[in-house]
Amino acid sequence: MISNLKIPEKTIIKQPAMIFDQFDPREDKILRIIDNEGEVINKELMPDLDDETIIKAYKSMLYARVADQMAVSFQRQGRMYTYPPILGQEAIQIAAGQLIREDDWLAPAFRELAIMMAKGVTLKEIFLYYMGNEHGSKFSKANHVLPICVPIGSQLLHATGIGYSIKYQKKDEVAFTFVGDGGTSEGDFSEALNFAGVWNVPVIFTIQNNQYAISVPVKSQTKSVNLAVKALGFGIPGIKVDGNDFFAMYVAYKEAFDNARAGKGATLIEALTYRKGAHTTSDDPSKYRTKEEEQEWDKTDPLVRLKKYMDKKGIWHENEEKLIEEYKQEIDNQFTEAENFGAYPLDDVFQYMYVDMPEGLKKQKADYELFQAWKESRK
Amino acid sequence: MSVMTIVQAINNALDIKLEEDKSIVVYGEDTGKEGGVFRVTEGLQKKYGVERVFDSPLAESAIVGAGLGMALSGLRPVVELQFDGFTYPAFNQVISNVSRMHNRSRGMYKVPMVIRFPYGGGINALEHHSESPEALYAHIPGIKVVIPSTPHDAKGLLIAAIESDDPVIFMEPKRIYRAIKQEVSDDKFSIPLGKAKVLTEGNDVTLVAFGAMIRECQKAIVMAKEAGISVELIDLRTIYPIDKETITDSIKKTGRFVIVAEAPESFSVGAELMAIANEEAFLYLEAPPKRVMGFDTIVPLAKGEPLYMITPERIFYELERTAKY
Repeated sequence: MISNLKIPEKTIIKQPAMIFDQFDPREDKILRIIDNEGEVINKELMPDLDDETIIKAYKSMLYARVADQMAVSFQRQGRMYTYPPILGQEAIQIAAGQLIREDDWLAPAFRELAIMMAKGVTLKEIFLYYMGNEHGSKFSKANHVLPICVPIGSQLLHATGIGYSIKYQKKDEVAFTFVGDGGTSEGDFSEALNFAGVWNVPVIFTIQNNQYAISVPVKSQTKSVNLAVKALGFGIPGIKVDGNDFFAMYVAYKEAFDNARAGKGATLIEALTYRKGAHTTSDDPSKYRTKEEEQEWDKTDPLVRLKKYMDKKGIWHENEEKLIEEYKQEIDNQFTEAENFGAYPLDDVFQYMYVDMPEGLKKQKADYELFQAWKESRK
Repeated sequence: MSVMTIVQAINNALDIKLEEDKSIVVYGEDTGKEGGVFRVTEGLQKKYGVERVFDSPLAESAIVGAGLGMALSGLRPVVELQFDGFTYPAFNQVISNVSRMHNRSRGMYKVPMVIRFPYGGGINALEHHSESPEALYAHIPGIKVVIPSTPHDAKGLLIAAIESDDPVIFMEPKRIYRAIKQEVSDDKFSIPLGKAKVLTEGNDVTLVAFGAMIRECQKAIVMAKEAGISVELIDLRTIYPIDKETITDSIKKTGRFVIVAEAPESFSVGAELMAIANEEAFLYLEAPPKRVMGFDTIVPLAKGEPLYMITPERIFYELERTAKY
């Protein structure tokens, strides 16, 4: 009898509705807390952050933006190779950075400069990587960060596996991973969410929906009403969030982190944003999108919005130009350190392929050294 | 000592390692409750629990990709892919991530992971169940490829593979999973990776093979002996890193070289062995080296498979031609 299943009234514990429940992706709802003018439009959900934290978060976003723009100009100067800018996507990553712990895991794709920095990866290392040296992926200060992963969507599975390790080892860490809108079309995206659901592991999947996979718009990737709704097919919660709204991203992550740490499993967050820059420094967005569209999205810029909020609240008293100058100096120093890293020795080509280097590989190296010696002798 | 098949020897190796090392987990399609479609993992879930030995959802890329995540975060996964021809959905994870993570991170991350799968033909199977993709895997920098040919070797090589800090592709000759029984030590032992083994000493022709083809070669050697040809048989055991030294030493002794493998001949392990003979023992060769290998075709279904599979007669035919050249 169905009536027998009714739960007695007194045993129901009253608790506020979960944020994920309030923004059902099937209805294409979007979590947003401040508008483009920095006005709080959802007071109930506004996170309880002190002024200092907000100011610090803004500074981190600003720092990431300056570093990103300098990276693009270093590339233009021919001092660095292909680089994928994060311009416009800072709020997502800095919001995550507020919550991610030193022992939490990060499996990045390749447009995650800000969260990598938040996790302790140094700019010197990032610059070194884009100068073409793998030593930039050996993080000296960051714990539990995987190297940049270029094959689209494949990193999501690594996070799922890490989630399994965390659960197996009975730790309270969380695995954190990113993908773009295009990456959601990959099989690995579905497989990673499916496995994470079945295994009930602590993984937070973030889709940085920046509207384009190089030149292909989201509408050419999926017929789905949005990307967050895909989570539901795998039995995990999904939410669409205004990715240019720092506070909205923060509360979404807070709930996802709390759930993950409480053993409630994985979460999918679709962060709606806009890739203001090019796909990489080799790309020219004017080929596939209009100036009008770019200007429309400019109104949602995450830094401008948070700044307007702080101005309205009267908590921002810094001289931003001066701040940027300081940042530039610091970033430049990091770049110089990367440039002075030194030559790429022959050893580095060979010695990391295996823990236990095969004899054949040693011979290939020795043969090349003979060639080098011969070349030297001809000088 | 116990009499074991290859299936039992692999099960025994997994049992020993699961018992000894809590960081080992074993999973794949049907590997938990059922013990795998070939029953290789039978009984292990019951003994070690569903957290350590379990069924994964049906997705090869995820089996390998998630396994990599586990290997990077403190576990030593031993994953099973159900058949040779079903490993390809996981190929991207193997070639793009598993094999590269140690190099990509300049040694910050190691990948202590084993990917096991049954391979090879001769069992009247459906399409995709009879393939020998060892060359595809051996061509990938950053992984090791191991193929045992006996129960003893299966146990010792698998234990070495699990203990390796480099990722290992462990290919199991399904045709002889239960065809060979052998006394195998119940104790833990390992066989070093990267070392071939001279199974039979001989003076006239060097014969190199691995996996299920070893048994066919042994039958051919009996025929050769009757014909007065002394054959030195070498079991590669590890495809990569390949043991050039053992092969070269033997060719220098015999001056004649025959290679046997099931995979399509072109761009194969056989091709690599030819290159080794040329580079390392050119002046010792008294006859052109010969490959007795699969055609550059799909393994035919059951009715046509006997035409494809390499028989002792065909090996003997080439041994004799090479010896008499």
